[in-house]
Amino acid sequence: MTLVELIAEAKACGEPERLSRLIPYCRWMGISVKYVAGELLGLLGYSDMLIGNAALPALHGGSLGALLESTAHFQLLWDAETVVLPKTIDITVDYLRSGRPVDSWAKAILTRQGRRVANVRMEAWQEDRERPIAIAHGHFLILPEAAP
Amino acid sequence: MVPHNRALGLEMVALEDGEARMRLPYSLDLVGNPETGVLHGGPISSLMDACCGASVFMKLPSPVPIATLDLRIDYLRPATAQQDVLAHAFCFRLTRNVAFVRGVAYHAESGEEDPIAAAAGAFMLATQARKP
Repeated sequence: MTLVELIAEAKACGEPERLSRLIPYCRWMGISVKYVAGELLGLLGYSDMLIGNAALPALHGGSLGALLESTAHFQLLWDAETVVLPKTIDITVDYLRSGRPVDSWAKAILTRQGRRVANVRMEAWQEDRERPIAIAHGHFLILPEAAP
Repeated sequence: MVPHNRALGLEMVALEDGEARMRLPYSLDLVGNPETGVLHGGPISSLMDACCGASVFMKLPSPVPIATLDLRIDYLRPATAQQDVLAHAFCFRLTRNVAFVRGVAYHAESGEEDPIAAAAGAFMLATQARKP
């Protein structure tokens, strides 16, 4: 089966978790995507290798960036009627608080969906969703055949 | 060494005044598209964050803790599968509280002039007010 067929199957089954298992980097990082109370959320399961500052300790900025970017990809895949692999054009992450050594969650919201480009806002938090640890916005290319 | 940098296999290549160069070795664990073998954006973000941070340390007159305030990554073209990614970052402005950084990610084959990603970021410097 091709990647596109596997993604289509995951969508048809209504099992977003399957999407994250298809991506080697997400498996390695412990990034998964879950349906929680009717919304799609990204989850970065804590492990020691995600730490960027051992003294605090705090999560690496790249760990949180990866969670935010992946969550946007999964949201775009899930929302699209056909399977279109999103390509990140750019992403800007604002780091608000240091990420503690626990699980982190993220939500992506499509602020505008054009024919070629989607504008997406993202937010990551740990125990308290009202206190995000990082927010981001980005642009993603969504073209049927992965043309640039 | 930073645990996540070690997990990624990041290597410091060179440190100069206000500049840093690092290498991200290609690894199948870091692939974003299993069909093409192209790296995910996540490890590129981590590489740029680490390299930009290192360039700030090379600009500081004395080391203080720093924290990423924001980091923007432009993905200029897809990375080539099987190839290591090199990063070059430079801290071009240092104020009492904030350091401003730019950087690029590229393959050795195509060189720094034809980067795969560009980064721009700002880092907060820890205050030294309460030094013992």
